Amino acid sequence: MATVLEPPALAPPPPAPESVVSPFRRPRTTEGFWGWITTIDHKRIGILYGVTAFFFFLVGGFEALLIRVQLAQPNGTLLSADAYNQVFTMHGTTMVFLVIMPLSVAFGNFMIPLMIGARDVAFPRLNAFSYWTFLFGGIFLYSSFVLGGAPNGGWFGYAPNTSVTGFLPGRGIDFWILGLLILGIASTVGAANLVVTTLNMRAPGMDLFRMPIFVWMSLISQMLTLFAMPVITVALFLMLFDRFFGSAFFDPSRGGDPVLWQHLFWLFGHPEVYILVLPAMGIVSEILPVFSRKPLFGYPVMVFSGIAIGFIGWGVWVHHMFAVGLGPVAVSAFSLTTMFIAVPTGVKIFNWLGTMMKGSLKFTTPMLWAVGFIAMFTIGGLSGVTHSLSPSDRQQTDTYYVVAHFHYVLFGGSIFALFGATYYWFPKIFGRMLDERLGKWHFWVTFIGFNLTFGPMHILGLEGMPRRIYTYDKSLGLAFWNMVATIGAFTIAIAVLIFLYNVYRTVREAVPAPQDPWDARTIEWTLPSPVPVYNFAEIPTVHSLDEFWHQKYTEDEEGRLVKLAEQPPPAVDLGPDHGIHLPSPSYWPLVASFGLPVIAYGIVYGRGSGASYVVSVIGALILLGGLYGWAFEPGTEPEVHEPDHAEAIPALVGAGASTAGELEAGDATAAGGSGEGSGSGEAPGDTASDEEGDQ
Amino acid sequence: MTAIAPGTHVEAHATGSHPAHPPTNTGISNEKLAMWAFLGSECLLFGALISTYFLYRGRSLVGPTPKQIYDIPYTSVSSFVLLMSSLTMVLALAAIQRGDQRRLRIWLLATALLGMTFIGGQVYEFTSFVREGLTLKTNLFGSSFFVLTGFHGAHVTLGIVMLLSLANLSARGKIPQEKSEIVEIAGLYWHFVDIVWIVIFTVVYLIPSPGLHVH
Repeated sequence: MATVLEPPALAPPPPAPESVVSPFRRPRTTEGFWGWITTIDHKRIGILYGVTAFFFFLVGGFEALLIRVQLAQPNGTLLSADAYNQVFTMHGTTMVFLVIMPLSVAFGNFMIPLMIGARDVAFPRLNAFSYWTFLFGGIFLYSSFVLGGAPNGGWFGYAPNTSVTGFLPGRGIDFWILGLLILGIASTVGAANLVVTTLNMRAPGMDLFRMPIFVWMSLISQMLTLFAMPVITVALFLMLFDRFFGSAFFDPSRGGDPVLWQHLFWLFGHPEVYILVLPAMGIVSEILPVFSRKPLFGYPVMVFSGIAIGFIGWGVWVHHMFAVGLGPVAVSAFSLTTMFIAVPTGVKIFNWLGTMMKGSLKFTTPMLWAVGFIAMFTIGGLSGVTHSLSPSDRQQTDTYYVVAHFHYVLFGGSIFALFGATYYWFPKIFGRMLDERLGKWHFWVTFIGFNLTFGPMHILGLEGMPRRIYTYDKSLGLAFWNMVATIGAFTIAIAVLIFLYNVYRTVREAVPAPQDPWDARTIEWTLPSPVPVYNFAEIPTVHSLDEFWHQKYTEDEEGRLVKLAEQPPPAVDLGPDHGIHLPSPSYWPLVASFGLPVIAYGIVYGRGSGASYVVSVIGALILLGGLYGWAFEPGTEPEVHEPDHAEAIPALVGAGASTAGELEAGDATAAGGSGEGSGSGEAPGDTASDEEGDQ
Repeated sequence: MTAIAPGTHVEAHATGSHPAHPPTNTGISNEKLAMWAFLGSECLLFGALISTYFLYRGRSLVGPTPKQIYDIPYTSVSSFVLLMSSLTMVLALAAIQRGDQRRLRIWLLATALLGMTFIGGQVYEFTSFVREGLTLKTNLFGSSFFVLTGFHGAHVTLGIVMLLSLANLSARGKIPQEKSEIVEIAGLYWHFVDIVWIVIFTVVYLIPSPGLHVH
């Protein structure tokens, strides 16, 4: 779909095109492979995020299966101790940084502009930069498997095991440090973008307290990202200096304090938990009202409990360190704060139950995932409360009980909600409905497999099975529940296959989805399915919370739901000649982000020979060049006033790029020509020139 | 069907090419709000680095110690230079808000020059410390001192690149008066880096440090 406009026939003569020094012709196509590579459309970037993160979910899931096969029976021999360390480290790192965070960002990216009535995010090119940086960070991290061994120090990377090179001499930890630094850049930049978008780009009338609850929870989550990421960045830099340049930060033999690493890591790590779960809570709070056909119970309370979680989340990190020996005062204080944070979480659970109470419940697939979320998250929350009691926690630390706990909140919580979101928003994103029957199979098989896998881990933990051991002896009596957990893990794998089949079938059968299949409440459902490139043909004016619902329904005197006589008109699709001036695609975000892994490879190999730092310098130049090209390129190509602009830029390099550009220039002319003749209302060209004229 | 209601075009252009007149909900332009968000994030970065330095005060097992090595009058002078650069930055912004391109460039270059003087002073300080036997590897003091002040120096250097880029843009006539906000945003960053230096100077140099760690 061309976002490019043919200029009106009577355009003033263009000013002399200035010479733009750029190796690339500005990409013009939004179609095909190059359309996706250069896209800055928040919807496409959301899809890229989602598909990439789901791919990493499959990889991380495969690692989980390796772990479960190894532990299925006593004295397992599938993995060596070293391979096991690599696999569980990468499983944790992958699921946190490459799956749940980016999946939440995927839905945030796609949905936030639609839910607040915007045409894109605040910084479309920065958005593309975030995605490419995330992708390169993930590839960089995984390249370690073929470059001498993956990270093997756990996703928490405790010093001095990781910081003293003598303990873990391979390059795995180096890849881990630099990979997380790259991913940190991606998520910080993305967070700033989504925060600014939410605060600044709302449609008229979309007050903060009319925002859909998912937007609120994403806002809080992104703010936590913004403030938590720099803390782990510092921790990783200190470790980098320890490993590469011989500083003493975490080296006890020189007075360094390994506990500092734990403080810095968990000061990031606990807000991170809420970064992972708040968007999921938002998703569930969107799904439940739709399928209970009732408003969300206590919307303001839900918002404030989310904010409370965001604040208190900064004051509980020491509960990850109760066994370190920080003394009774610290431990008591953090026990209390940990109990406190259960309060706003509990408030949310009761509000969800209140939403469902006396509602006319429809157990569609999204609803099943949402209700499953509440149940599983509550179990995980309760085992979390047992961790806040430090005497009990001392028994649970580093056992499978902890593994059970955080899988109940992160898988039973976040992943359940994200699957729910996939079923719920799939029609809006792709214009097709996922199959409900297969979806229900997917849910129930996952639900059973999940509880078979992680339920027994509570028992294993209380029986004393430590985490992170690569095998155990038969005499310990742990074999039975381990076998059950492994069977459960493969059950989950079957459920994932059902989901993949469902997606495959949906893509193949191509049954178009209606605009509003769920009779939903929020304004993204006023748009066609799939959403056109410009989102809103006309920026809506918002009058209330659940705007779309109030356009469709009202209540009679007895509080019963009544359908309004006058229903909102069906969504308008303006077609390719929409005449809406949109930001232009760009290569520069991709170029700039490509510099980052190049810098990182240079540093990783710099520990062996200083000469490889030259590679880092090259990477830095790529990054800097990309940023400069970006800064001097206008966000939107001014086609209207400078119709010959694009033709004036010589295509210096990049055969593929220039070919695509030329093709698109031809398409644009054709499209614009037909637009002129169509005569439906205002000619698109006129609309665009009006807009420009108003500036 | 393609009619765009009055007032909606501004929303459509919120992402577009005219950031000088922000039609945003907060009244703050996207670019400026993003800079504030970034600076908020930076607070945590420097917070963690300064905490690390503070935690390791007096915990080194071997010398040299801060007392033996600091030249506080020297660093005070270079701190003064950096703080003065905030003044020239303000003058640069005032110039472009009046539409005075020449003074904008003069004050931008003056700010960059003061920044470079500070960085030059830091390079000299680092080399003289190394000559006196303090490196990143020597002890906890060396590790935390060089990393903290080095991170700050890197931020100042980035700021200098921004200032020189702005001066270059101005010379090419790309900063018209109505786009003065770009100077203001760069100024926010520059002032932030200055303020952080006040904290670092106080914590690192002025608060007397205990000696070596005694077992």
